[in-house]
Amino acid sequence: MPSIYVDHAATTPLSPAAFKAISSQLQQLGNPSSLHTHGRATRKVLEDARESIAREVGSLPSEVIFTASGTEANNIALKGLWWSRKAQGKSVVVISAIEHHAILDPAHWLETHEGAEVIHIPVDVHGVIKLDFFKNLIAQRGDEIAVISIMHSNNETGVIQPIQELVSLAGDIPVHTDAVQSFKKVPLSYKDLGVTALTLSAHKVGGPLGIGVLILQRAYEIPALLHGGGQEREIRSGTLNAPSIVAFSAAASEEYPSSDVQRLRDNFISAVHAAIPDAYINGEVSQRLPGIVNITFPGTQSDTLLLLLDNAHVSASTGSACSAGVHEASHVLLAMGHTEATAQSSLRFSFGAASTQADVDFVMSVLPDVIATGRAAHLK
Amino acid sequence: MKLIAAMSGGVDSAVAAARAVEAGHEVIGVHLALAANPQKYRSGARGCCTIEDSHDARRAADVIGIPFYIWDMAEEFHDGVVEDFLAEYSAGRTPNPCLRCNEKIKFAAVLDRARAMGYDGVVTGHYARTQIGPDGKTLHRAVDHSKDQSYVLSVLTIEQINGAIFPLGDTTKVDIRAEAERRGLAVAQKPDSHDICFVPSGDNAGWLRDRLGSEVGPIVDQDGNKIGEHKGAYTYTIGQRKGLGLTVPTADGSPRFVLKIEPVSNTVVVGAREDLAITTMRGERPVWCGPAVGSEVKSGFVQIRAHGAALPCTYSFDGNLLVATLEEPLLGLATGQAMVIYDGDRVVGSATVCETQ
Repeated sequence: MPSIYVDHAATTPLSPAAFKAISSQLQQLGNPSSLHTHGRATRKVLEDARESIAREVGSLPSEVIFTASGTEANNIALKGLWWSRKAQGKSVVVISAIEHHAILDPAHWLETHEGAEVIHIPVDVHGVIKLDFFKNLIAQRGDEIAVISIMHSNNETGVIQPIQELVSLAGDIPVHTDAVQSFKKVPLSYKDLGVTALTLSAHKVGGPLGIGVLILQRAYEIPALLHGGGQEREIRSGTLNAPSIVAFSAAASEEYPSSDVQRLRDNFISAVHAAIPDAYINGEVSQRLPGIVNITFPGTQSDTLLLLLDNAHVSASTGSACSAGVHEASHVLLAMGHTEATAQSSLRFSFGAASTQADVDFVMSVLPDVIATGRAAHLK
Repeated sequence: MKLIAAMSGGVDSAVAAARAVEAGHEVIGVHLALAANPQKYRSGARGCCTIEDSHDARRAADVIGIPFYIWDMAEEFHDGVVEDFLAEYSAGRTPNPCLRCNEKIKFAAVLDRARAMGYDGVVTGHYARTQIGPDGKTLHRAVDHSKDQSYVLSVLTIEQINGAIFPLGDTTKVDIRAEAERRGLAVAQKPDSHDICFVPSGDNAGWLRDRLGSEVGPIVDQDGNKIGEHKGAYTYTIGQRKGLGLTVPTADGSPRFVLKIEPVSNTVVVGAREDLAITTMRGERPVWCGPAVGSEVKSGFVQIRAHGAALPCTYSFDGNLLVATLEEPLLGLATGQAMVIYDGDRVVGSATVCETQ
């Protein structure tokens, strides 16, 4: 029985090059902070990896800070930049209404524990942040803003955000962007974007789980969350995870077949439109990542659909957060004007480098029945 | 058969799911999220539906080797069970929420959804048995009478019983724990849950007071003389003796018991022990778990509490109310409680007590 994976935005297979890199590095002895031969050998491959990742993202190697996850990188950036700017009397955090929980929650924490004021930039029905709102905000309260964090592309809808325009409007206010979903999928240059900080995660691009990166301008000396050995510019102490770092670099150096992935995704969308006429695509007219599509199937409930799909050997998701294992209505779709009911009737399908037309065909061989059964179960 | 195993995160439902798999059924595990704002951890035997419980259920499903999902039934549970519980207390009755949960959630919302999704039935860890006989599938007491849960299942219609699988009815609890241990299920020694799952503190009176207020009212004797004051009539139960705080003693110093709760006048009526005695009870909204009861008077047993005794009685149905007449008088029966009729160990049916005399 085939088992079809269409949840590449959650995590995607380890690339063969990354597997090779991590396997061989796991057998190498040496703490990269040690000064002897063994330590220097590990430090050498680690710094090679840092340079290679920096090249891929258009930053300086010295701007790369390794972390244990994208979530950690986001926390360091948001809290660190806020604390350093708070010293200058600025306490407003500006984020968008559609951020991942790895930004929403630290922002909320700053609000409840540190006295920050959090302002959410709304999005339009197409899932794009409202630049007019942002412009007015800068004009009226620019002096009070400590940090701005807007994701480069949304993890649920794939909609790409106008970060470059945002940065030019922001002036000298530091801007962080969570680029976890965008890296390797669409052109992404830290330098060209002009942001202060940017987050990456290895396992979204064929690297291993448990390794992330924060790109941060050298000029910013921000307070650390973890204190210890002083690694990574004293911003992120902890022995560097050399095997995962070299594997991240190996994965990041590979070409991502954007146009192939997009073709598959678009074939899938056409097939869904043909088979399930009332289904609609969220953010359809917006610029989107090639591999992600978020679809609303009116009259269904997403948890039922996921169970039925899983039973039919298809792994998909809602892309939104769970609370105690219960899918909440997506805050992203709600921000785009959905009702609770339609937000709860939506699924995310995401394709990756390893996806094939056979995957699309298989999903389409079961999806119409799943939707029909899901509707019947929902009527009950 | 294709079955959905309702997995609470406890030992019973885990073993029930494992047994259903072993019997050759195609089983998926489903944990019902019933609380809108679940607590992170269980404290001892109190409450359920915490995040920890859902993790335990997931772990058990993984060990058994079945798919696992969480179904959000918080809204259905709130509307069908919690609101009902409050409404019943407000009306001066004493409801049993577990019964309501079986009636409206586990074997209604869940079973309906399961059937719509192409599943044949729901497996639970209830201690009860079903049998196929000349009258179709019937509901029976568990072999382990001390754990028997047929009382709280007595609200199931034949249609619901047909969709229910109870794999534990032939085994004692002690053996179930040992079996869980053998199967490598980490919940083998997890404490049983007691009390009402949505009142995690175990303080029912306090929980009710928070939601229904604590309007002070009179405690009166049977002649209507005020002899004390209460703080919310619904926090009293019929037959209660302690904690009445009465200021006027009886002439002979004998204790007084709660006889009646009158929600409209917010009055609690107390009286002598013998005034609690009843011999006849009538119940409304009857449900038959097998062949319907008619006007012909039959002998059997009636049970009025989840783990109460089976009391010898005669019973009949007058077309409107289920009537049971006891051989021996019974002290203290609140309206709102379920009266469940048994023929030997078979559950005949149940009704909600609305009148006693």
